[in-house]
Amino acid sequence: MLQPALPDLMPALPEIVLAVGAMVMLMLGVFRKGDTTNLITGLAIGLFIVALILTVLAPSGMTMNGAFVMDEFARTMKILIFAAAAIALSLGVDFVAREGYGRFELPVLIVLATLGMGMMVSATTLIALYLGLELMSLALYVTAAINRDSTRASEAGLKYFVLGALSSGMLLYGASLVYGFTGHTEFGPIADVLQAGGVSTGVIFGLVFILAGLVFKISAVPFHMWTPDVYEGSPTPITAFFAAAPKIAAMALLVRIAVDAFEPATREWQQVLTFVAIASMVLGAFAAIGQRNIKRLMAYSSIGHMGFALVGLAAGTQAGVQGVVVYMAIYAAMTLGTFAIILSMRRPGGMVEEIDELSGLSKTNPLQAFFLAMLLFSLAGIPPLAGFFAKYFVFLAAIEAELYVLAVIGVLASVVGAVYYLRIIKIMYFDEPVEGFVPAAIELRTVTTAAGLFVIFFVLVAGPITGWADRAAASLF
Amino acid sequence: MVLTGFFFYLFAAITVASAFLVIAARNPVHSVFFLILAFFNSAGLFMLVGAEFLALLLVVVYVGAVAVLFLFVVMMLDVDFAELRQGFLQYLPIGALIAVILVLELILVLGATAFDAEVALETGMPMPPIEEISNIEAIGLVLYTDYVYFFQAAGLVLLVAMVGAIVLTLRHREGIKRQDINVQNARTPDTSIEVVKVKSGQGL
Repeated sequence: MLQPALPDLMPALPEIVLAVGAMVMLMLGVFRKGDTTNLITGLAIGLFIVALILTVLAPSGMTMNGAFVMDEFARTMKILIFAAAAIALSLGVDFVAREGYGRFELPVLIVLATLGMGMMVSATTLIALYLGLELMSLALYVTAAINRDSTRASEAGLKYFVLGALSSGMLLYGASLVYGFTGHTEFGPIADVLQAGGVSTGVIFGLVFILAGLVFKISAVPFHMWTPDVYEGSPTPITAFFAAAPKIAAMALLVRIAVDAFEPATREWQQVLTFVAIASMVLGAFAAIGQRNIKRLMAYSSIGHMGFALVGLAAGTQAGVQGVVVYMAIYAAMTLGTFAIILSMRRPGGMVEEIDELSGLSKTNPLQAFFLAMLLFSLAGIPPLAGFFAKYFVFLAAIEAELYVLAVIGVLASVVGAVYYLRIIKIMYFDEPVEGFVPAAIELRTVTTAAGLFVIFFVLVAGPITGWADRAAASLF
Repeated sequence: MVLTGFFFYLFAAITVASAFLVIAARNPVHSVFFLILAFFNSAGLFMLVGAEFLALLLVVVYVGAVAVLFLFVVMMLDVDFAELRQGFLQYLPIGALIAVILVLELILVLGATAFDAEVALETGMPMPPIEEISNIEAIGLVLYTDYVYFFQAAGLVLLVAMVGAIVLTLRHREGIKRQDINVQNARTPDTSIEVVKVKSGQGL
């Protein structure tokens, strides 16, 4: 009765390469004498590049007995995730060496977390979803506390772990309810059952719990409380990684489960996501105003941006999903660029994180100040920079779906949000200069320049990128 | 049938009672013992419905590993549980109120909807009939074939947990004596024995 046959592994090749690579790096790190941090970090970045190329080349299709799918959407999101992970890892090279807690496990854990993200994006069953999510989260909890001699980092890791475990519990409870009321764990059959039998109250309960668990991972209101503390407490390169890659993965998962599994329940999840989007945009805009620490500010900024991205998903249309994909791509570029500058805020005495330390940066380092100003203008959504187009696409989708209230609140929140971005620019350009920063490492300057040029000249590449996002969105509908 | 019913109520009653005593017992060591009792009786419940694999797993994993680990922690760490529980009574009414509201809401919402009969049949009987094939065999048939992806993914999650525990806690300390087999094997009488002539009546 058994016909043992290996499943077609080609669609999952990037993940397999990452998994095997992570274990090889672990063995290298354990058995090679001397400090292997730099070697392993280099290998991990190389591994991400290989995985990225394989993602482009891998054939589309379902594999692993219908638990893993590689389609255009998964491909697009994985390219973004692997690129963001590689950049975030390279941002940390100089920092880790200077702060002196080089550990070869850090790149290995980041590779394993990224592997979990790839599995999340490709998940087509509730079990695969949970396993991918847990693989990512567990690795992230550890990386948050990797600087174990610092109480703040340990606090960040513990807080993240406890709240993350709670959210996993909610997600599992929701998944069990959905399984109980539909009889399936695969997304496709769940949608079929809902289509045929209608959406029962039990399924809605399960749906809300699953959404709560996923919203926690993208740190949208009302599950955002951990974000500022974790962002502030974790080492800055780790924070850059947190702000980029996991958000893309969790957002992709949210899109897939909403569109693939709960398409017949669109009206129900639209209400939930509309509320979450509005609350996140408003909180992100108002809570960031009083912040003095730039990492905390970025935390609130990311909460707000997740709200804006959710506007696209709340529309529930193909154009909306396209908007989400474009938004996440631009968000990742802006965030990584800004964090590259935050990582360059180093005085001879050590890292500084207060916004006032940027005072008069335009006199001491005009180029850096210019790029930071451009990135901040873009984060605020001022045309013709990339951030404007990101917001434009999601709001357009919301208007087309007749969600006028959501769109109006979103635009108002983005105006309020512009205040704190402009405040930083004012501090850089009009305040008295203080002592300059020590020259930044080459990789930080490269990322800053690349991200700055990307947001300035986004108009030129907008066509291909939106077309690409459109193909990704079309594969889901 | 009557006997099965009797055992069900026996196991269920002991499980609930010991679960309550886990949180009510004053002595934390007693709490852990009641936890073990609850695990054993839950295993009995699994046994009654024919899930002997789950029953054995519960005993081996939870009683054998987790509960014993708890016991170790409770006995080795000097945690003042009385102090931890100081605010407990103070917050009890609020916590109970919230729990009651949540339960009422769940009953109101879920009570109106029943599990679909077809779905119940399908989820209740995902395995081949128990008469034909034993639990363990049925799981073995799918675990490494249909569900190999989940199995490997779970393995990776465990790997991360292990790496994480080592990263966060292992410290290489200087000046500790470690066993080095090569050094031990290379020892000869010349290097380890010193012949000393002791003058009588003086000592070393």
